[in-house]
Amino acid sequence: MTQTSTLARGGAGTSAPTRRGRTRGSGLSPKIVPYVLLLPGLLVIAVLLLYPMYQMVEMSFHKVGLRQIKAINPAPADFVGLDNYNSVLGSPLFWSSLRNTVVFAAVTVALTLVLGTLVGLLLNRLGRKMSTFVVVGIMAAWATPPTAQAVVWKWLFDSDSGVVNWLLNLLPDGLSRLLFGRSDWTGQPWFNDTYTLYFVLIVAVVWASFPFIAVSVLAGLKSIPSELYEAAKMDGSGAVTTFRRITFPLLKPVFSVLVVLSIIWDFKVFTQLYLLAGGTTNRDAFNLSLWSYAEAFGGSAPKLGLGAAIAVVLTVILLLITLVYVRQIVKTEDDIR
Amino acid sequence: MNPLARRKLVQIALNAAGIAVFLFAVFPVYWMVATAFKPNDQIFTTSFIPFPSPPSLDHVERVFTKGVGDLPIWQYLLNSTIVALSAVVLGAVFALLAATAVARFRFRFRTSFLILLLIVQMVPAEALLIPLFTMVKRIGLYDQLLGLIVINVGLTLPFSVWMLRTFVAAVPKELEEASWIDGAGRFTTFWRVLFPLVAPGLVATSIFAFITTWNEFVFALTLINDQGKYTMPVALNYFVGQRSTDWGGIMAASTLMTIPVLVFFLLVQRRMVSGLVAGAVKG
Repeated sequence: MTQTSTLARGGAGTSAPTRRGRTRGSGLSPKIVPYVLLLPGLLVIAVLLLYPMYQMVEMSFHKVGLRQIKAINPAPADFVGLDNYNSVLGSPLFWSSLRNTVVFAAVTVALTLVLGTLVGLLLNRLGRKMSTFVVVGIMAAWATPPTAQAVVWKWLFDSDSGVVNWLLNLLPDGLSRLLFGRSDWTGQPWFNDTYTLYFVLIVAVVWASFPFIAVSVLAGLKSIPSELYEAAKMDGSGAVTTFRRITFPLLKPVFSVLVVLSIIWDFKVFTQLYLLAGGTTNRDAFNLSLWSYAEAFGGSAPKLGLGAAIAVVLTVILLLITLVYVRQIVKTEDDIR
Repeated sequence: MNPLARRKLVQIALNAAGIAVFLFAVFPVYWMVATAFKPNDQIFTTSFIPFPSPPSLDHVERVFTKGVGDLPIWQYLLNSTIVALSAVVLGAVFALLAATAVARFRFRFRTSFLILLLIVQMVPAEALLIPLFTMVKRIGLYDQLLGLIVINVGLTLPFSVWMLRTFVAAVPKELEEASWIDGAGRFTTFWRVLFPLVAPGLVATSIFAFITTWNEFVFALTLINDQGKYTMPVALNYFVGQRSTDWGGIMAASTLMTIPVLVFFLLVQRRMVSGLVAGAVKG
């Protein structure tokens, strides 16, 4: 749900102690105690997460508009069967938002993982002080709230006074013309066109998410016994071979978790896109989350049923990916069994 | 080249790469702060002015007095603080109880509950937005901070339980057993023995929940209509829409929003770095 959800993996290795048949203590039978402790949390999850999930599916089969969501006397929603899904799949927006979602996720996940892994490997080879220095630096990117990320990158890519256009103007004219077919970047707008908009979005999201990958990979690397590397070195293994034969296989569980988490986060990116695209006016720039939001809340005639159907499509895609993640965790976690 | 010189050269190259990564990560944040303190003629220029010279407090002062939208930024910072603190305190109680249950007891459905925690974390919050919006509207919590507080408790709880259970499990159960032998009851043991030992973990978990709630955008955008109840992210979005070229003011507002998160991040940094992936690696 949030960027933090993975941190949960932290220290998951400690296994829970078992206690059976304890009779001391208060009057509660020890058999009931865990259920009593669990009850409030379970209620919260049921009411705020599980029931809405069910409702989302139900709404996707109904026509839900303004009259159905009035506080007083709401009109009952009409059952429309698969109509919402038909309009989702039949809409040209479906294909463009699916394309935006998938291409963005693929590019961003790949870049984030490559950059994050490289930085993780780098941190592992740096001296203590330098490594702490860089870690604190990348924390700054990681800690920046998504809304602030979006406005900062919007400002960096500003057409007239942005640093990026200034930097591009520094390129020698000939080189710039050769690469991009132009030499003067002053006034280049980045947010009018979907491609350049998504380019900025990719830069912003990679910038904000590589620190997490880097720190996770670093923590993983620290857990690999150094004897393995010494042995590899003695056998004359080069850097690439060592990575491929030792580092990667040992960090595979970490990588698979990181890949799935990155896919999940990048598939549903909303906040940064909403701010960079300036709300829901630029329909060409929609991804599935933003499209769902736009149908449900964007216009004067909200179509919550249609929005719910889009959300269901997005959730199904994500749950399929999540299954891989859950299986991975269940496999590696003795504690859960 | 002799091996010593070579090694030295490699170390220099690595340090240079480290500095490059540092600059890439820090520059946008630095630029946000620098812009907030620049006078307008140093902001709206096609040349590169690395530092505000001299620094100006105009923008910061303006967002505090004249404000963002029509209200001083205090209002939004206050709203965000109310929502985040209330959600964290409520969530911490629920999370501690549930975490104790899964870390200290074996019972039927324990595994199912843990898997449920994982799965609900993976459902995109954006997808729950529509049903939660209608629910909040129906029970009359629309346009109320209380509605946002309740929703944020729900959004952060699965993760909090998941994280907190490892802290509870790390407390040696012998301590509790000793307390029982001394005749303490279940509640006393929990309160006097387990709770103080879990407290640091509870603080770390709460900080994560605080950051999540503080940053939360889409629910605050949808569930709040009255400008006086905007949280910081929504206020910032509104500000950008309303005065899209006032970069000094926008950067001052985003700096103010970022500071608490940065401070908290640095506070829990060590715990994150050390414990983060330990569980994933061992498999």
